[in-house]
Amino acid sequence: MKTLVIAEHDNASLKIATLNAVAAAQALGGDIDILVAGAGCDGAAQAAAQVPGISKVICADNAAYEHQLAENISLLVAELGADYDNLLAASTANGKNFMPRVAALLDVGQISDILSVESADTFTRPIYAGNVIATVTSSDAKKVITVRTTAFDPAPAEGGAATVENCAAAHDAGVSAFIREEVAVSDRPELTAASVVISGGRGMQNGDNFSLLEGIADKLNAAIGASRAAVDAGFVPNDYQVGQTGKIVAPDLYIAVGISGAIQHLAGMKDSKVIVAINKDEDAPIFQVADYGLVADLFEALPALEAAL
Amino acid sequence: MKALVAVKRVVDYNVKVRAKSDGSDVDLNNVKMAINPFCEIAVEEAVRLKEAGTVSEIVAVSVGGSGCQEQIRTALALGADRGIHVEVDGKVEPLSVAKLLKAVVQQESPDLVIMGKQSIDGDNNQTGQMLGALTGMGQGTFASEIKVGEGSVEVIREVDGGLQTISLKLPAIITTDLRLNEPRYASLPNIMKAKKKPLETFTPEQLSVEVKTHVTQSSVAPPPERAAGIKVEDVAQLVDKLRNEAKVIS
Repeated sequence: MKTLVIAEHDNASLKIATLNAVAAAQALGGDIDILVAGAGCDGAAQAAAQVPGISKVICADNAAYEHQLAENISLLVAELGADYDNLLAASTANGKNFMPRVAALLDVGQISDILSVESADTFTRPIYAGNVIATVTSSDAKKVITVRTTAFDPAPAEGGAATVENCAAAHDAGVSAFIREEVAVSDRPELTAASVVISGGRGMQNGDNFSLLEGIADKLNAAIGASRAAVDAGFVPNDYQVGQTGKIVAPDLYIAVGISGAIQHLAGMKDSKVIVAINKDEDAPIFQVADYGLVADLFEALPALEAAL
Repeated sequence: MKALVAVKRVVDYNVKVRAKSDGSDVDLNNVKMAINPFCEIAVEEAVRLKEAGTVSEIVAVSVGGSGCQEQIRTALALGADRGIHVEVDGKVEPLSVAKLLKAVVQQESPDLVIMGKQSIDGDNNQTGQMLGALTGMGQGTFASEIKVGEGSVEVIREVDGGLQTISLKLPAIITTDLRLNEPRYASLPNIMKAKKKPLETFTPEQLSVEVKTHVTQSSVAPPPERAAGIKVEDVAQLVDKLRNEAKVIS
């Protein structure tokens, strides 16, 4: 059995989500190759070659792949996919964008967001915002799969020495173009990779009050997140959103501040190892999933917490 | 310019869905059904484009059992001009839906196809992208803003790091994210008027599409329960518990 993992990267380096996808590929067994498609992506390809247990890295370095445009990447992956039994990518915004196109080009179904590998053709995945876990079996000879990153501990990043093979295939569908990107620059860890996350909800009242979370985040080396309500209200940008339709996180410690705990939000964080909830409403549903609940006014509790750390 | 909007009938988002006790499937007996929230945003966006004079006709399409005519009527009440129902009983997988929609696209030749980024039942997040691959159209997934230009559309997309802006040649597919717009409510007069708007029905055979099964669901189960937690008295006790009991901070 041969599996191709499509890497998540920024051309210079590999994103940790790739290692989660590799771990899922290892659960399937067999030979694993990694595809790094980008432009000036040698750095990412070299990093991929160091992942232990990889047979080879395919490096497709072409301007058409620079911004991961789904129309172009999917043509490349579908072509390379001819040699593989399984095609895997992390279920990131990027993986979600191009993988279904790959599946359709190959005329197979896609299994989205797998939580576990039960056998070569059977997987579990969340449906209805994670309120139900379904066991599904694919009857396709070739499987196109996206991986819920929080469900698979990342494979080691170093210790391997796979060969890097260059792939000259240039696919430019010519229907889409990148214009610009507004990416938040932060010294904090990435939301999906942080071991501690502190999130604010509607209870924060406005965007300025998110500064109350920053001091605590600094002390805990935490990422800052938010509920959909806080993002919809314009307190913070969309990339802060944790939830069914935002980011899925599972840190060692998740601190929910002023978040009521809508199903939508719980779907994005309830697999965290330890959950703390700070909310002045003692009946808030967030307390049903919290290991430690503190019924308190966040404007008093947050400065006290920062001082106590 | 013509817009095709795809809508799906799903369990209302307020319903907490549970697995049946025998684990065979989710229990959907007597639950309230509604238009998928992301599809509602898609309808709203098309209606706003029509109000702005960019779009001249909106066609709402739904794939599913006879019940989904209700959701087509909802789309018509919100401002779509006519409906197309592709009648298929039972579950239809994203790839089959995409093939059926491709047939409708070929029939209707829309300039824009607007649909939800995912449905809140299967949470697959596939159909729009699959339709893109099958038709060769560009896709602006997870859209939070769109600007239609001459022969192209600019889409601001919500991605992991922030926002990405891309340009697509028309015809193109847009899949909606939450912040694209806030859908309106249908007024009673519009609900009445919607009943008289045209609604055509097709079968997959009429569209020359074979509905296939690629992925079967063998069982469902509730997610693992979290053990009940405790309430702490104050911040000092919280920090003590995190440090000495959970050992997640130093």
